[in-house]
Amino acid sequence: MSPFRPSFLRNAVVATIALSALAASAQTTEPVRVGLLSTLSGPGAGLGVDIRDGFQLAIKLSAGKLGGRTAEVIVADDQANPDTGRQTADRLIKRDKVDFMTGVVFSNVMLAVGAPTFQSKTFYISANAGPSQYAGEQCNPYFFSASYQNDNMHEAVGKTVTDKGFKRVALIAPNYPAGKDALTGFKRFYKGEVASETYTTLNQLDYGTELSKLRATKPDAVYIFLPGGMGINFIKQFVGAGLSKDMTLFGPGFSGDEDVIKAVGEPMLGMFNTSQWGHDMDNAANRKFVAAFEKEYGRLPTLYAAQGYDAAQLMDAAVRDTKGKLDDKAAVRKALEAAKFDSVRGAFKFNTNHFPIQDYYLRVITKDAKGRVTNRTLGTVFKGHADAYVGSCKMPS
Amino acid sequence: MAILLLEQALNGLQFGLMLFLLAAGLTLVFGIMDMVNLAHGSLYMVGAYLVATLNLATGSFWLALVLGVAATATLGMLLETTVLRRLYQRDHVTQVLATFGILLMCNEAVRMIWGAQPLMLNPPVALAGPVELFDGFTYPAYRLLIIGVGLAAAALLYFLVVHTRLGMQVRAGASNREMALAMGTDVQRLFTLVFGVGAALCALAGGLLGPLLAVQVGMGESILILAFVVIVIGGIGSVRGALLGALLVGTVDTAGRTLIPMVFETMVGPEAAANAGPAVASILIYVLMATVLFFKPRGLFPAHG
Repeated sequence: MSPFRPSFLRNAVVATIALSALAASAQTTEPVRVGLLSTLSGPGAGLGVDIRDGFQLAIKLSAGKLGGRTAEVIVADDQANPDTGRQTADRLIKRDKVDFMTGVVFSNVMLAVGAPTFQSKTFYISANAGPSQYAGEQCNPYFFSASYQNDNMHEAVGKTVTDKGFKRVALIAPNYPAGKDALTGFKRFYKGEVASETYTTLNQLDYGTELSKLRATKPDAVYIFLPGGMGINFIKQFVGAGLSKDMTLFGPGFSGDEDVIKAVGEPMLGMFNTSQWGHDMDNAANRKFVAAFEKEYGRLPTLYAAQGYDAAQLMDAAVRDTKGKLDDKAAVRKALEAAKFDSVRGAFKFNTNHFPIQDYYLRVITKDAKGRVTNRTLGTVFKGHADAYVGSCKMPS
Repeated sequence: MAILLLEQALNGLQFGLMLFLLAAGLTLVFGIMDMVNLAHGSLYMVGAYLVATLNLATGSFWLALVLGVAATATLGMLLETTVLRRLYQRDHVTQVLATFGILLMCNEAVRMIWGAQPLMLNPPVALAGPVELFDGFTYPAYRLLIIGVGLAAAALLYFLVVHTRLGMQVRAGASNREMALAMGTDVQRLFTLVFGVGAALCALAGGLLGPLLAVQVGMGESILILAFVVIVIGGIGSVRGALLGALLVGTVDTAGRTLIPMVFETMVGPEAAANAGPAVASILIYVLMATVLFFKPRGLFPAHG
């Protein structure tokens, strides 16, 4: 055996490694760009702020990186306006050349932002909006929901309300895509009589008219899907009108989360709501998230913050598993579909339409050990729940 | 049904009175100074922010309301003496452009000082609950308070305009500016005062509505459009017209949002009613305006002779 051979081989191996490392470093010096387009002004601003804070917390905890590459997050405000959303998305995609898009709160904005995003083959990771359109016929390889499908939380309330024996329920939701999804979802699992079904203007703040109608209809329970400032105002005025004594108020997690509790306070005690997550859920990822969030921002996280955090974790996993090669769209898609990250909500996996199959929980607003008014998770409403639209999704392979 | 109607009538009255507070200032400025002031809504917004901030700082809603109204009145008079005074002689297009510029600057300034997120306020604890007006009919205490303050402000304004020397000059200015000038009215002082009163009324409306709605950037624009509808219906320059117009618009808007969906529901079913009802209800006030203008092209109580 020649004495030169092993060393030659070794040199060749070393050279190859060095070269590939060089190639890799050329790719990794470019940061991963994320366009975080969210609602940061108006009555829905609290939601966008929490998504942003949750997302940025995840990046901060991984030392400013996504999957080992430096992350650059470009934050923009869609003003809850579909036109503004679409224009800003265009700018983020064409000028800033983002690798991922995320952050949209409202489904009407989502439907406007979707088209230019998918067309440019940019992956959209939803940290909130999960419109039925994208779960069914318009399902898209570039759309992933790290949150839920719009109907899901409402389905869970529909089941809860039925199980608790309420027979006459009045429904109120804003007149926009997610509002329709909400009441459709609720009615899918609610078996009693619908006393009234009211669609209000999006971002309406005065509910005097709706409350008088409730007083006249006399339902035994009221179901509201009014996210952000809408819910805050509705609940305050509902209590102010003295209706809380005559009817039980139910809502999805959106209407009973920490942002609403902070603004309304004690009158929220005893309200049931549903969510795919709760800040008291006992798993390692969640304990780390909640503690870090409280330390960083001095408040309890909402489900929006949890979704923002998970969206960042999902991107992190995709960048990591593709070794940072984000130009290989097929590989990125495969890595996203695999969803190899520790979700703060525990078990998490994607269905064929890129919407989650996950558990939904019932929560109630109580006082915790420290005397704070906050949510407590009571139990599971659905286990491994999928959405109702997956059947009509023909996902292109 | 009777209770529903009564409650809606009160809701309409409450909304109408708040519209009146805005429209009264607007109609005087428009009627006397012949000045289109788009920044009127900004005074409403700034007033609401000032009352809200003072409320959080002092812990007293009433003190905050008084101080906030006074501060906004001062701000309004300052705005009049420094900027708006130069616009009286210009045509309406220039006035619209200039005051629209002020509106944009106010919005940005508020965004810089208070941030883009709305301030959510709670009414004073004593007024947070309902009151039983008579057996079987309860109404939110805070809305009653708004109605009370609105009525008091309307009465005070009536007294000012009809029974004081200042009011006489205001009415004279509204019906014939040149003649009032010729009779020796100190118009510059009068204009500044009128503007201050208008700003104070804006702040009062903003401060009262803050806990009921939300204090946010751009809150002035949507309500300003309605205030313009009110003064067109009432007749430009007429405070009496503004009151009647505001009550009409308030009632029609509230009734429309209740009754139209109910009527639609019986006719075409809940699904279609949910879609068409709010749309039809929101155009109802413009139908009202068009009807009034068809029969009374200069509004219900035209101020100019």
